[in-house]
Amino acid sequence: MEILVCVKRVPTVGGKIAVTPDGQEVDTRMSGFSISPHEECAVEEAVQITERAGGSVSVLTLGPEAAIEQLRDALALGAGRAVLLETDGREWGPIATAAAIAAEVRAHPYDLVLLGNEAADTGDYQVGIRLAHELGWPVATGIKNLTVSADGLVARREYRGVEEAYALPLPAVVTVKEGINLPRYPSLPGRLRAKRAAIERSAPAWSPEALRKEMLRVPASSKHQATVLGNGVDAVPELVRVLDELGIVP
Amino acid sequence: MTVLCLVELDGAEPADASLRALTLARTLGDTSVQTVVFTESANVPATALAGYGATDIYVIEPGALDGYAPQAWARALSGLAADTGATAVLAAGTDRGNEVLAHLGAITGLPMAANCTIVTPDGGQTHRLVRHRWAGLLLEDAVMEAPIALFTVATEAVAPVSAETPATIAVHVYKPELAEGDLRVRAVESPAGAGGASLATARVVVGGGRGVGGPDGFAPLEELAGLLGGVVGVSRVVTSEGWRPHKQQVGQTGTKITPELYLACGISGAIQHIAGCAGAKHIIAINTDPGAPILAHADYAVIGDLHQVIPALVAALRAR
Repeated sequence: MEILVCVKRVPTVGGKIAVTPDGQEVDTRMSGFSISPHEECAVEEAVQITERAGGSVSVLTLGPEAAIEQLRDALALGAGRAVLLETDGREWGPIATAAAIAAEVRAHPYDLVLLGNEAADTGDYQVGIRLAHELGWPVATGIKNLTVSADGLVARREYRGVEEAYALPLPAVVTVKEGINLPRYPSLPGRLRAKRAAIERSAPAWSPEALRKEMLRVPASSKHQATVLGNGVDAVPELVRVLDELGIVP
Repeated sequence: MTVLCLVELDGAEPADASLRALTLARTLGDTSVQTVVFTESANVPATALAGYGATDIYVIEPGALDGYAPQAWARALSGLAADTGATAVLAAGTDRGNEVLAHLGAITGLPMAANCTIVTPDGGQTHRLVRHRWAGLLLEDAVMEAPIALFTVATEAVAPVSAETPATIAVHVYKPELAEGDLRVRAVESPAGAGGASLATARVVVGGGRGVGGPDGFAPLEELAGLLGGVVGVSRVVTSEGWRPHKQQVGQTGTKITPELYLACGISGAIQHIAGCAGAKHIIAINTDPGAPILAHADYAVIGDLHQVIPALVAALRAR
């Protein structure tokens, strides 16, 4: 099985998130970068599938040159080939992103393209679906369990307490969610191989989209300090009173 | 001006998330809000939808679609949008809502804005909107230029409010014209695992974090959740340590919850976790650290060890 995994370089956000003074980007002076969480699981899933069924894993990112760091992270986890679709740092919308990935997919005989359900930063929830429509391939999204069957894939997710199973012929696009697996830690040989690996590069042309970002901002803070009801078990009577007041106790 | 809203059902009633989407739909100005319901049942929740201002319900002809097929649902919305002359099509920002609207964007070639909190027509084909990034930790002000505005609603940020006066509602049956391949991907549904209230719709969520200490520490939380008619949710560290299954995770990469009460026990409050629980009406934190970030988001706090406080709380509730 030939698998392409698409990953995105996103800031590693810890205790707080801030935007640059011009309101155009997340302020990353104090943060590192990582693969968006769902996509880290997509890399792991692809590696596990090829370990069982054979084949190879390619990893792709659309981003600035610095995103080579995330390609090497994926190579260290077991991907064998890496492709950078290099941007000039401008943000790409989901329509142009899907079109650029589709061009790479058409040039290679992939059976399966894995993406995250949504990127941690922009949260557009659509690149995988638009890619599938570009290619004319079937797509399942938000997948938490994936099995390879004789005639394709069975992709499962849970919705409102009901399990949904989707049978997909190959080639197909699948977007996954964290929880589908627990990503491994990279091995030392994996890291060394990743460090030396060649990165294939191309630079697709940016195009504007009809949904245009004007400004990013941190929501007006709902922050307040909690009313402390007390310490330890001594606080329990007061806690019960509050639960009553809020109408919580049946 | 006509607005078309996809309504998901929870049993025979409109899903809470869809009522939140309808609440936002009514703010689009002097509009007729038309709804689309995909159901095999003859019981259409007309009264409930009229109460939220819907003027027309389109029921997809039973038998035309067999269960949930995202691309076919999008094709049906696309046909209805053309027939009704809709200037906007929206859905709740649920797994299905985002998925169907993304298919609709791909079918029509139009942009789709996921998880909006405000949408305002601004003349011509322009809509100004505010949408969530980083699962709501950041807001994006954006402008959309499109003949039909496609978007989903960040449901945890829009409380459901019924219309001042219920609309007079008409029910229509609609037969979608599907294209080849629309039914290629469809859900085969079966009951998932053990029952119990779903995290996304639970009225009470008892949250456990690193402070629970290990996989064996959750029994008192389960017991408390049971007493309060709620469910247990957990932080990301709990699932990445393998203490609990991922489906119980509250947060940016897990489930976003909107309970009446979130009781966060031994959870420090990383912002990705706050993104998942900010839609709770009330938050009470139980934490040994009075400086934990969760206290800045909680209404009330007990400073103490959850391993002592929760059993004492359970005992007090049982004694009543």
